[in-house]
Amino acid sequence: MNHSCLRKTLRQLTVAGALFALALGLSARAEVAKIVPPTADERLAALEAYVNNTDPGKSLALTPGPGHNAWMMTSAALVLFMTLPGLALFYGGLVRKKNVLSVLAQCLGITGLVTILWWACGYSLVFGTSYGSPFIGGTEFLFLSGVTSAPNTNYAYWVSQNVFAMFQMMFAIITPALIVGAIAERMKFNAILLFVTLWMMVVYFPLAHMVWGATGWMNGVWNAAAVIPAIDFAGGTVVHMSSGWSALVLCLILGPRIGFGREKMAPHSLVLCMVGTGMLYVGWYGFNAGSAVASDGIAANAFTTTTLAAAVAGFTWGMVEKVTRGHASVLGFCSGIVAGLVVITPAAGFVNAAGAVLIGVLAGVVPFLACTRLKAVFKYDDALDTFGVHAVGGTLGALLTGFLATADVNSNLVSAAYAEKNGLAALIKHGGLWVAQLKAIGVTLVLSVVGTIVLAYLVKALVGLRPAPEAEQQGLDITDHGEEGYIL
Amino acid sequence: MKLITAIIKPFKLDSVKEALTAVGVEGMTVSEVKGFGRQKGHTEVYRGSEYTVDFLPKVKIEIVVSDEIKDKVVTAIIGAAKTGKIGDGKIFVVPLEDVVRIRTEEHGDQAV
Repeated sequence: MNHSCLRKTLRQLTVAGALFALALGLSARAEVAKIVPPTADERLAALEAYVNNTDPGKSLALTPGPGHNAWMMTSAALVLFMTLPGLALFYGGLVRKKNVLSVLAQCLGITGLVTILWWACGYSLVFGTSYGSPFIGGTEFLFLSGVTSAPNTNYAYWVSQNVFAMFQMMFAIITPALIVGAIAERMKFNAILLFVTLWMMVVYFPLAHMVWGATGWMNGVWNAAAVIPAIDFAGGTVVHMSSGWSALVLCLILGPRIGFGREKMAPHSLVLCMVGTGMLYVGWYGFNAGSAVASDGIAANAFTTTTLAAAVAGFTWGMVEKVTRGHASVLGFCSGIVAGLVVITPAAGFVNAAGAVLIGVLAGVVPFLACTRLKAVFKYDDALDTFGVHAVGGTLGALLTGFLATADVNSNLVSAAYAEKNGLAALIKHGGLWVAQLKAIGVTLVLSVVGTIVLAYLVKALVGLRPAPEAEQQGLDITDHGEEGYIL
Repeated sequence: MKLITAIIKPFKLDSVKEALTAVGVEGMTVSEVKGFGRQKGHTEVYRGSEYTVDFLPKVKIEIVVSDEIKDKVVTAIIGAAKTGKIGDGKIFVVPLEDVVRIRTEEHGDQAV
């Protein structure tokens, strides 16, 4: 075959291909023509729905909104930043230097472990609905199957479900990482990983479904059939109460560190602790303002209340120290900031600026008393005060939300679709929300405490909880991880 | 020859060094040390935990001087390190048998 002949054949093939493609295109267009295109009004309404974060109707249905998605991806990254390295440094600075790496390794290990659990079943058990159960989600999203960039309208009209799943995963990561604070310096790494795995399945996934799942038992804002119409904006019960109360139980079962009350166990670096606090503070904007699951007015309100409560609580804690002891300490300011962030967490999207300032003042006083007086009386070794800050703060926040929530900043509290049906709207209008909040607090407390008791003894029987006394005295960095934090 | 060891408050190091240089001391060894005397320690509070810190940070200066300038040197250290408050430190003066400069192998006063 000569050269020109080959070119002719090629040209013929190209023409044939083009005709075929055209025919396909025409038939496809004929298919589309059968569907009625949205009217200009419908398209305009869909765009307004994007701005207002409401149902777009059919025109833009299941299309992620770029602005809302952008904020939620940013928020997810901010919440991850809270754990790595925020919480890791906050806790890492507070332990003795022979254990600094053990805390970092625990945060790193939990991040990977929980991500795998979340992918395999966690997301489905929390945010699925196939069981139709108020206590646990479903199986439809196992291994994140079907979790695509299209929104899941049970949770957001404009945020891709994969982004929503990643955002919520960061909460699932930081919650067990918080527990590490109470049991620092004296629990074996493999025991921690086993405990966290079981704890996520038994405590966190069911609790998160009850509070945030579309069919959840205590989801007052988004489940018309919620039996307890309680509210928890960003995780006062799910994250802080559950981790804090579980931490107390685990530290009691574990027993105090060798030398507790006799040896000096001062923080080895308050500088690291302060750096971590700053990262938690900034990351918490993703945690709270991101919990609006949109870049909307509720997120803006949560951003403002978070700022106010954290600053007021940090300042209050420092000043209480100054008045009662003569020194305002760096650890005091840091503790107050974290306590303020914890207490505002369940309330952030439901209270106004005045409510946030009041929350800040109480967050600077009540957890302070828990960490200084309560701990001194009962002498439990909550090494880094996870109970004093997160359990006490989370419980306080959940209760205060019951008194300070107002529909003025969040109309979802009185929505006809959900809140009026489950009784939340009536509680908001006529008072009494605090009773529903108390019920949610009780459920969270019982689940966390009972779950942790059972799981801790199970792990103790299977692999043991504590390292050998020599290993504990040498420090977990070398015995559990084969490394040293500081080689000088 | 005398070996003079002075334990002083850390923030006084610079003024002591200058005073020693002024009276002709040509070398010294300085270390950061911890200890306590009559000053005792202090209390640190971390949230609810209180710790008594027995050992306070001090600076130790070691110098070797000839017998002739020994008294001048001690006076210079006192003048520079004294605040009049508890915890100013101590000076120990002990006789020294020999000194060797390693590079030249000189002994005694020549090696100082």
